[in-house]
Parts: sequence; structure tokens; C-alpha cells
Amino acid sequence: MIDMAPNLVLVVTIAVMFTVGVYLVLERSLSRVLIGIILLGNGANLLFLVAGGRAGRPPIVGLEPEGQMSDPLPQAMVLTAIVITLGMTAFLLAMAYRSWQLNRHDEVQDDVEDRRIARLAAIDLRAVQDADTEESGQSLDEEAEEARDETDDRREGGPS
Amino acid sequence: MLLLLAVHLAAALVAPVLVRLWGRRAFWVLALAPASAAVWALTWTSRVQAGHMPVEQVSWIPQLGLELTFRMDTLSWFMTLVVGGVGALVLVYCSAYFSASAHGLGRFGGVFVAFAGAMLGLVLSDDMILMFVFWELTTVMSYLLIGHYSERKASRRAAMQAIIITTAGGLAMLVGVVLLGEATGTYRLSEVIAHPPGGTTATVAIACLLAGAVTKSALIPFHFWLPAAMAAPTPVSAYLHAAAMVKAGVYVVARFAPAYSTHQLWRWTIIVLGCGTLLLGGYRALRQHDLKLVLAFGTVSQLGLITLLVGLGTRATALAGLAMLGAHAMFKAALFLVVGVVDAATGTRDLRRLSGVGKELPITALAGALGVASMIGLPPFAGYVAKEAGLEGIEHLGSDAGMQGSAATLVLVCVAIGSVLTVAYGLRLWWGAFGTKSAVVPESALVPESVATQEDGAVSPGTVRQAVPLVGAEPAPISHPSLLLVWPALVLGLLGLGVALLPGLGEHLLAPYADTYPVGEPGHLALWAGFTPTFVLTLVILAAGAALFVVRDAVERWQSRAYRGPEADRVYRRSMRRLDDVAADVTAATQRGSLPLYLGIVLAVFVAGVGVTTVLGTSWPDEVRVWEQPGQAAFAAAAIVSAVLVARARRRLKAVILLGIGGYAVAGLFLLQGAPDLALTQVLVETVTLVVFVLALRRLPPYFSDRPLAGSRWLRLAIGLAVGLTVAGVALVAPGARVHLPVTEHFADEAVTWGGGKNIVNVTLVDIRAWDTVGEISVLLVAATGVASLVFLSRRTGSIFRAEDAMRDRAVWGGPDPMAPLRRGLDPVRNEAAATDREWLRAGRTLAPNRRSVVFEVVVRLLFHTMIVYSVFLLFSGHNAPGGGFAAGLVTGIALTVRYLAGGRYELGEAAPVQPGVLLGLGLFLSAGVGILAMLVGGSVLESWIFEVDIPLLGHLKLVTSLFFDVGVYLVVVGLVLDILRSLGAELDRRAETGEDEPFDDLAGGAR
Repeated sequence: MIDMAPNLVLVVTIAVMFTVGVYLVLERSLSRVLIGIILLGNGANLLFLVAGGRAGRPPIVGLEPEGQMSDPLPQAMVLTAIVITLGMTAFLLAMAYRSWQLNRHDEVQDDVEDRRIARLAAIDLRAVQDADTEESGQSLDEEAEEARDETDDRREGGPS
Repeated sequence: MLLLLAVHLAAALVAPVLVRLWGRRAFWVLALAPASAAVWALTWTSRVQAGHMPVEQVSWIPQLGLELTFRMDTLSWFMTLVVGGVGALVLVYCSAYFSASAHGLGRFGGVFVAFAGAMLGLVLSDDMILMFVFWELTTVMSYLLIGHYSERKASRRAAMQAIIITTAGGLAMLVGVVLLGEATGTYRLSEVIAHPPGGTTATVAIACLLAGAVTKSALIPFHFWLPAAMAAPTPVSAYLHAAAMVKAGVYVVARFAPAYSTHQLWRWTIIVLGCGTLLLGGYRALRQHDLKLVLAFGTVSQLGLITLLVGLGTRATALAGLAMLGAHAMFKAALFLVVGVVDAATGTRDLRRLSGVGKELPITALAGALGVASMIGLPPFAGYVAKEAGLEGIEHLGSDAGMQGSAATLVLVCVAIGSVLTVAYGLRLWWGAFGTKSAVVPESALVPESVATQEDGAVSPGTVRQAVPLVGAEPAPISHPSLLLVWPALVLGLLGLGVALLPGLGEHLLAPYADTYPVGEPGHLALWAGFTPTFVLTLVILAAGAALFVVRDAVERWQSRAYRGPEADRVYRRSMRRLDDVAADVTAATQRGSLPLYLGIVLAVFVAGVGVTTVLGTSWPDEVRVWEQPGQAAFAAAAIVSAVLVARARRRLKAVILLGIGGYAVAGLFLLQGAPDLALTQVLVETVTLVVFVLALRRLPPYFSDRPLAGSRWLRLAIGLAVGLTVAGVALVAPGARVHLPVTEHFADEAVTWGGGKNIVNVTLVDIRAWDTVGEISVLLVAATGVASLVFLSRRTGSIFRAEDAMRDRAVWGGPDPMAPLRRGLDPVRNEAAATDREWLRAGRTLAPNRRSVVFEVVVRLLFHTMIVYSVFLLFSGHNAPGGGFAAGLVTGIALTVRYLAGGRYELGEAAPVQPGVLLGLGLFLSAGVGILAMLVGGSVLESWIFEVDIPLLGHLKLVTSLFFDVGVYLVVVGLVLDILRSLGAELDRRAETGEDEPFDDLAGGAR
């Protein structure tokens, strides 16, 4: 079996990155949330490598003896993850900019609509008017009277 | 049979076109679809009777075991006749009923024919899943037809109510169907009926199936949707809510009765609900004033009777039930059509307003009389024959089905009382529609009543209005509608008389179905079976019904005073309302709208779930090494310190720069771990990230806003620590948890042999796990599009800023600048020279002078091409050495970034005069397209080929097709960076210069 003893320095680094990352992600300011996410991303990438096994030589055939190479699969996964984090960073920054454009700050506010629903539910008022479940206040007879078809109406000519 | 369904589908699809072309005459053509089904069934009559049933089977989704299986036995044959025949007649009726200018006729015709097709499929399918699909289709079509007048609130409510109830039942039925299918091992209806499973499965399945049937056939306590569905146009009521759809539930009962009618749950459900519905419907029909409502409650009542007869489970009652089903389809459809004629002729359906209609419209009155006679069971009509057979069968329940005598008597009494009520409301219907009355309610007494009711508030909603008839008041005026409206009803009425005169033929044709029931003596259909107790009972019923009709006013008064109990539809509405409230409460409790709260919960669950498992369910590693190389400690220390400082930073820029330092340290860790590709990519990404941050942070206040978060800070830190420790635990445990050799064991050989490359990571990306990469670059494309959309809002991208379009009176990064035209050479004298002049540092023309750094510009100009060449080198060498599409794309991106930083947006436009969307699309197309190409030439998706050629001068050249894949990746990454530069960079510059959005005031931001 291959040597899988974990590397303590990396484990501590990962732990700190996750701690700080989570601490920041729970913030309200979108740019701090974003910094937290990047830290979490870096920590997760390191975790991938640690889980993949001990450090080794670069996985390039011919350059290094095969037995000493590090595991290439986690590396391939982490590589795309790094670039995707860049895309995500840009996206969240664009969101921060948009938030600034609209509200002059980049704080993540509570969802107004959710609060409205909760407020109305607390006093048992309906958030949405749903005609289908309202009492009509009409008897079947009255409703039936209104239900008129567009028939071939020749009554204009009077009884023939 | 598949062909018939296709005909219906085609007719439904072309219906809107036909109606537009030919107006309402198109209904004649549409009627051919159901008519063809009826005719087809007729041609099979003798063969089906002899037991030669047509069967069609088409494999649909073999992997799921789904088949299109159709089979026509006697029951299906009979239902096909009903569905097709009545459908055709009602469609013909439609052509004269609706005014030529009625709106939505095309859609109406299409949906109507589609419904006929769905109904046909339902009764013909021999696969239970297929049956369920058609079942739900009829529900949906019924919804559309009830809601035909979608602008009316009552229509929408009725349609919604009907679909909720019938769909709920339908879903229950699906459960039953699946239970039966899994227990039997086949979904063939005929096989399941032949070998029904028993035990608990059967009990649950029966409950589910009956739930479907009860809701669809409007039995109590779900009967209320049917009267409300009278909001549909009258032809729809005649077809769906009398002849066809409501019979679907009866059909299911009739289908499964031979298998399960002896089951106690089945029997008692059928008896209680059947008898209850029969009585309730009849009772409520007596006090309705609207003719359609009289018929609707009558239908409810009759459906109870039919379900009871087919569900009781003896051969005699089954035969009677089927006969009743046919008779009911004919007379009830005919009566609805007749009521439609009266409605069209007089403009009202209120029987208190009608008088003398019979004299004016004798043929209509005759058709109505034929229908009513059949309904109340007057000899010699079909209703009489069926009801006689039914009473006869029920009398013999004790001996046939082994039922207790008292129970059988109770059923008989219920049916007899129900029949009395039927006679009473039947006579009242005809009298109400066609009779000449001494006193009618004047129109004025009806119209303002609802207003008055609301004003004085004395009458609670839902109470029946009491309008007093006045002698001498003017009845509703009567006109003479087209004869075309009358004859479909007349045909149906005469048919009810005709088939009754040949009872032996009916018995002969229907007997094969009755014989599938396991118990009882065969029943008989007869016009005259002698002076039997049944005949006496029939006479008593007719007499009692007539008496009840005579004292109708007293009955009506008594009913309006009597306690009515909780009305089902009100209970339904209350419960729906309650459901809405519960949903709102649940939403309010769980959906708090606070992102930190959500994240906190998610993370707490993560800690609880993963942390506990890590501590309890795993083994800690035996040995731990502190580091593999001392250098790791240095980089790790840098990463840790920068992370902690980031958390404490108050200034945005400081935080970002610290973050960058941490990122570079992580790159160092990657390198020491033996991952040069990662290290390279991380460094490049960190660089781009820094630039992007700075571009966006220009707009944001320099300091993070100060929030009174002292309390929550410790909580957040606690959650952070918990998560950090959990992840550390995972990191310690994960490497040792491996029990198999890594999948990458042979990657080295595979990469060289199949991928044709020595850099295993790159070969993994572009070949071995290329599908993953396709997914990932798709994410990049989405992110880039998202960035651009958030900035440009209404467009994908802005226009490309080219130097010649530069604003005349403003300079980049400067604002208003009267000297700009001079420097740009827009002076007419110098213009000529400028056009031909290839200036080296062109940024000078557009940039504000105080923002220029000539040294920077020169260095960038010198380095730019070198960087591009280097990126191309990375791209091509990536297969064998560190590099590849991602790294190459990032290098090109950085080259463009520095061009932009040195020379402004016009410089960027000159350096990369393409839309980023083009690059992104082209890249994804190249990557995925190469994969498809491989498939087209016979390989598997994303398979790569290796070509090796010797070219003079260049030497040995080895080309692997996955290079094109990597080029695609490269283009996507370049597109991403370009999108960022053009939106967060160039577009924000433009807005700042034109003053579209003001940057944050430094002081104001700091003070916050």
C-alpha cells in the first residue's frame, strides 16, 4: 500500500483557511463574503491534494521515475477548480458592483419578500390573493346564472 | 387503434386552423374523428362478441418496460361506442350552438377533440401506465374545457377545483397501479385482472384505485366539483360531465370489479359511496332552479347508481350497470343538449323564468321528453330496461354474492328511494323547461337580488334565494334556434327508445363482459319479464316519484328550511385555505431570507454530520509527518498569517492584497507537493484576481462598513473554528481511508499510449476526463456571461472601443478634456497624417495626460508580443510539459490586462478587437465539437487520435487531436478574462468619465 501519512503542516493550513473563510462568509458585506469564498476555495484545493496522497515529483512521464510521482487526478480537478474560482470571483464582484449601483453599498440584505411573507403569516394574512380558494359568497345558482355561453343568438329578431 | 388516436391528435392540432378557415362549420369535420372511432368499433362488433379482440402492441420505452398496448374487449368496445358516438353528435351540435363570432372556438375545438382522443386511449389501453397517462390527459383537457371562459372568475375556480380533486385522485390511482404492477410483475391490464394479487397489497391498491375512481366520477365526498363544472359551455357538460369523462371512474371500477368485487373493502366502499351519492345527488337535484344544475346533481346521483351496479360484483348487476351506463350516456347527453337549446332560445336556464317553451319548440320538447322518460325509467325506454335489470340483480344479491340479507335489502331500499327522487326531479326538469306555468318570477326580481342580499346581510352567502313567482309576470322571451341544434338530442333520445325495443341484442352484446365476473347467475335485459316483484316496485317508484313532483313546492320549501350539514365545497375551500396558511407558516419559519442564517445552518449541519462521523466512525492515522519538505512550513506560515490578517483587515485593498499573498503562498505549496501545473495556474489566476478586485473596488468604499457585530462575531468565529476543525479531521482521516489503489495507477501508461502526451495532468484534462473539462468550461462561459450581464444589464456586451471612436471632449481616466481632439490628431490639418501614421504608443491620443506612464506603456508594448508567443508555447507544449489551455489562456489574458492597464480601454479595443462572446462560443464549440467529430467518424465521444508526420526542415511532428480541445479551453479562458476587462474595466471607466455613476467619495466612505 502506498504511504498515506497526512502532512501536519498542510492540515493546519487547511484548518486555518476554512476557519477564516467561514468567518468571513458569514459576514454581510459581499466583498468580505467573496474573500471568504476564495479562502475556502484555496483550502479545499489543498485538501484535495492532501487526500490524494503524499507529495511527490511532478507527474510528467519521462522526466521523473514513475513511482515517485504525485497523484495527477486530484491535480487535474484542482486545476479547473482554480480557474472556476476566478470566474466566480468576477461574478461576485460584478454583483457587488451592481449592488453598489442600486444601493450604494455591497451588503447582503435580508430578502424583503421573505420578510413580507413571514410578517403576513404571523398575523394570518395572506401573502398572495388566490381567487380559487376564496369563498365566492355566491350560491351555485347565482354562479350558474352568470355562466352564459356565446350561443347562436337570434333573439334580436324577436320570436319568429 | 394507434391510428385512431393519431387521427384524433391530428384533428386536434389542425382544429384551430380549420376553425379560422371555415368558421364553426369546421366542427363538422372535427366530428369525423370521434365518429371514425365509433364506426370502427361497430365493424368489430361481432368479432368482439365472439371473443376475438383486436390487440396492438408497440414498444415505447423498452428500458422502462413501457409499452403502447391496446386491446378492445367488450367493455372497451362499449365505451368506445359511447365516447365516439356521443362525441361526434356533440361536435355537430357545437357547429350550430356557438355563435359564429364566439371567441376561442379554434382552441375549444382542438381541446375537445383532444379530449375525445384521450378518452378513447383510456378505454382502449391495456397497459396500466398508459391508462394512467390517458387518465391524466382527460383531467387536463377537462380543466381547459371547464375554464374555457377564462376571463370569468367562476370558470377559473371551477376548473381549478376540478383539476385539484381529480389529479389528487389520479395520483392515488397511480400508486395503486404501480403496487399492482409490481406485485404481479406485469403492467398488462388484462393479465393483472386475470391473476390479481392478494393480501395487504391488494387492500392498499384497492383503496388507491377507488380514490381515483371516486374523485373522477364525482362520488361523495368529492361530488361537488361536478356541479361547479357547469361553468363550462353546455356541449362540454353534455359530453365530459355526463357521457364521457365522469364515466372514466366507472370504467375503472368496471375494469377491476371482476378481480376485486368480492373484497370487503371494495364492496363496502362501493355500497356506502354509491348509495350515498345516489341519494344526495337526487335530493339536491330537487331544489335547483338552474336546469343545468338539476342535470348536474342528477348526474351525480346516477353516477352513484352506476358505480354501485358495476361494483357490486354479480353478473346480473354488472350487466345492468353496463346497460345503465349506456342508457345514461344517451339520455343525459340528450338532456344537456336540450337544455342548451332552451338556453339559446330564451337566454335563461332558470326554470322559474320559463313558461310555454314546449308550445313554441315542440320538437325540442319531444327530444327532452324522450330523454326524461329514459331517465326516470319509463317503459319502453333504455333507462327502464337497465333499471329493471338492476333492481332484479340487487334482489338476488343475497343468493348471488353471499351478502347478508339485511345489507342487500338496505341497498335495494336506497336504490328505490334514489329512483323515486330521479322520477321527481326528472319530471320537474321537463316541467320546468317546457311546461306552461301560471306564475313566473319576473326578471327584475332576480337581477338586483344579490346586491340586496349583501346590503342587508340577513342572508348568508350560499343561501338559495327565494324569489316569489308572480301571476301575470312576463316569462323569458322565446326564439327559434336552428333545427340542427335539436336533432343530435333527438337522435340520442330515439336511440334510447330503439335499443330498449331490442333488449335481447343488448344482452347478447354485453354478456361477454358480465361473464368475466366470478359470481352470480347471468342477468337478463328484458322489456317484459312478467308480473314480478321488481315490476311492482317499478310501478311504486313511478307513482311515488310523480307524487313527489306534484308536491314540489312544499318539498322545495321544506328543503330550504332543513338542516343541510356542512357543504362539501365549503369544506374543500376551507381546507385549501388552511393548506395555504400552513404553507405560509412553514415558509415564514424556514425561509427567513437571511444569507448568514442559511449558511450558518448549512455549516452547522455539516459540522454535526461530518464531524460526528469523523470522530466516531473512522480511525485516526497511525503516523503523522510534520512536513515532507521544510519549505512547506515557510509557505504554510505565509498562507496562515495572511489569512488571519485578511480577517482583521478593515481596508478593502489591504484585504485583497493580503489575500493575493496567501494565494501565491498556496501556489508555493502546490509546487512543493509536486504539482507544477497547479502552481503555474494558481500564480496566474492570483494575478488576474488581484486586477479584477482592484477594477471593481474602485467603485466600492475603501473601508468595509462598520457594523455592530461584536455579539455575532464570536458566534461566527465559533462556527468557523468548528468547521475548520471538522475539515482538519477529514484531512487527517481521508488519506488513510483509502482501501483501493488509486484509479490513476495506470494513468502514466495510458497518457502516453492513448493520449499521446507526457504531462499526465494535461492529458487527464483534455482526454482521460475530458467530459469533466467540457462541463467546467461551460461554467466559465456562464460566469463570464453573468459578469457581462450584471454590468451591461440589457445587452450581452457593449460595443468594442476602437481608437477612432474615442469621445471628442473627454480623456480616458480624466473626464472633460478640451485638449483631447488636439492630441488625438482630429485637427483637420493633422488628420491626414494621423490616418496613415502608425504611431507606436497610441494610448497617448486617448489617455488623460496625468494618467499616463510612458515607461509602463513602453514596457507593455515591448512585452506584449513576447507574452502572446509564450502563451502559444504553453498551449502547444502543455501536452508534454507544464502548461496547457488553462495556463495559456491566463497568460494571454494577463497580456491583455496589462495592455488595458497601460493604455486604457481604447488600447484594449485595439489589442483585442473581438467580442468576448465570440471567443467563448467558439471555444466551447471547438472543445465539444471535436468530441462530436470523433463520434461521427466512429470513435467514442472525445476520443483522440495521434498523427505523426515527418516534415522537412521542421522535423518530426506529432499531432494529437486533443490539441483542438485544448485550443477550445484556451479560447474560453481568454474570453472570460476579456469579458471581465470589458465590463468591470472598460465599461466602468466609460461610466465614470461620463458621470453615469459617481464613484464613492473617499472621505464619506471612510467615515461610515
